[in-house]
Amino acid sequence: MKQIAKIAAAAMMTATSLWGAEISLNGAGATFPAPVYRVWTYNFTQENPQIEVTYQGSGSGAGINQIKEKTIDFGGTDNPLTKEELDKANLAQFPMLTGGVVIVVNVPGVEANQLKLDQDTVGDIFLGNIANWSDPKIAAVNPGVKLPNLKITVVRRGDSSGTTFIFTNYLAKISKEWADKVGCGPAVNWPSKGNIAGQKNPGVCSNVVRIPGAIGYTEYTYAVESKLATVVLKNHDGKFVEPGMDTFKASSANADWQNAPGFYMVLTDQPGEKSWPITGLTYVLVQRSQANPAKAAALKKYFDWCYTTGAPAAVKLQYVPIPENVVKLVDAEWKKLVK
Amino acid sequence: MKFSGVDRVFKTVCGLCALLVIILSVMLFIQLLWGSRTAWAQFGIGFIFGTEWNPVENRYGALPAIAGTLLTTVIALALAVPGAFAVAMYLVDAPKAIGNVLSHALDLLAAIPSVIYGMWGLFVIVPLMQLHVQPFLVDTLKLGKIPFFGAEYNGFGFLTAGVILGLMVLPFISALMRNVFMMTPGVLRESAYGLGCTRWEVTWDIVMRYGIRGMLGAIFVGLGRALGETMAVLFVIGNVIVMPESLNAGGTTIAATLANNFGEADGTLRSVLFALGLILLIMSLVIQVLAQYYLSATGANRGEK
Repeated sequence: MKQIAKIAAAAMMTATSLWGAEISLNGAGATFPAPVYRVWTYNFTQENPQIEVTYQGSGSGAGINQIKEKTIDFGGTDNPLTKEELDKANLAQFPMLTGGVVIVVNVPGVEANQLKLDQDTVGDIFLGNIANWSDPKIAAVNPGVKLPNLKITVVRRGDSSGTTFIFTNYLAKISKEWADKVGCGPAVNWPSKGNIAGQKNPGVCSNVVRIPGAIGYTEYTYAVESKLATVVLKNHDGKFVEPGMDTFKASSANADWQNAPGFYMVLTDQPGEKSWPITGLTYVLVQRSQANPAKAAALKKYFDWCYTTGAPAAVKLQYVPIPENVVKLVDAEWKKLVK
Repeated sequence: MKFSGVDRVFKTVCGLCALLVIILSVMLFIQLLWGSRTAWAQFGIGFIFGTEWNPVENRYGALPAIAGTLLTTVIALALAVPGAFAVAMYLVDAPKAIGNVLSHALDLLAAIPSVIYGMWGLFVIVPLMQLHVQPFLVDTLKLGKIPFFGAEYNGFGFLTAGVILGLMVLPFISALMRNVFMMTPGVLRESAYGLGCTRWEVTWDIVMRYGIRGMLGAIFVGLGRALGETMAVLFVIGNVIVMPESLNAGGTTIAATLANNFGEADGTLRSVLFALGLILLIMSLVIQVLAQYYLSATGANRGEK
């Protein structure tokens, strides 16, 4: 019997080393950075076959819930937790990427970055105060652009989402009426009449493509993939800016990370001539007390890899990696908190 | 001795499995009740009649979802029942070869997963509604002037969801109706023909009268399926949690609301979703009981022919 047990044990060990990684790290949460995480987890596991990392883009709220319940090893969220919430749940939070949320439209005859919107028009469109593309208020900001007499249909997320949090956070900052009437959160009570919801970012994009006169918001990569016309926005400094890496980067340039407990930072409506007004950060959450030291080391190794080797892949997908000085802060915070 | 031992084990195993079904359903009910306790405590019975859905302020009401569920179901049945009835009637008296092929096709349609209906709905029915059906109804027939019909459209909404649900439940209702009609004793029909009845008279006065309870049962089965259908509706309903304003407007159903929000829900919202689940379960349960009653009254659920 002993012999058999020994052989079985040996067979099991070879089997695990042959077929499976020794450590598996499971993450879940925000869909906003999911395109990058997909590439990262794949590439990292290719380079480090002993560690297998997976990420499920199930939504920021799900990521927060699951890491609190310890059913995953790291959670992703675009809706950062405050220092108090982190302390209460015994979690540590680190920024991973900066990305842009863009406004996309389907207006016949309007090309990408041709339509300009300022704070008032954006607010009024999403509030439902402006209901037609031929509205003189839109025309006033867009001299020379021919706009059709077409009903505006607001397309928004049907599931609750970090992208919605970033976008409504922006709307609440630029429109007092929005802040008073609707507020900001991963899901809100959309006020415009006849609005339509889509599932996740791709669902919003496909509905905008489908409905003439539609306007929606989505993470930038998805807009590029769907070849949708993006809109030029007036930023905090009163300049019209086009969405893109430069403007996303500009809005995070002035961020004061030293004085951001728990790295809590919302990058909407930032000052700066070139700043894109709807920029969002995406975070990972990990348990502060790690039961398995090998797993904790693997997690750290993975995140270090993401910040350095993984950065070019993020840039390729139109996300801005976290700057080096912030990575150093993250490193210090990790050493201090995660044990 | 040995055999009776095996028998006893087999009997116990089977008995336990049967018991498990009851335990599971009771547990499910209790779980939904327990999960929704915060919602009932906070909003009371008024939750069922509340129309507000505001995640920021954490105020929720179930009426938009309930109304949307009922509305899509009514549209679906209004479209499916006449068609299902006609198909079933035809199948009863169809030439054997054609009847066989059609019966199999019907069963095949009933077996298509609902998510496929949803995808097909999004890519085929939504553009069809948006570009042809709704413009025809609203602009050509001027139905937009009728209050609840709605003059504004974009392809999504209750009507589209109802159409897809109707197409989905038609094969179910039809297959059951066919079984019911086939149960009419041959003697009855033949003696009716012998009395000089026309085909129409035999169909209307004999076959249908005989199977009326079974027909109701079949309709209730379709109703039950339409009530809880999630994926097919989710793609095309628009997912807007407001009271139905018109047939062409976007809305939601209970199942679609659950599917949309569960991944991210916590606190009050999660409890509210459990409460919605409980409401849906009770609605489906009532329908099921009625369906079983009407079907068992004719024995149609045993598939007798």
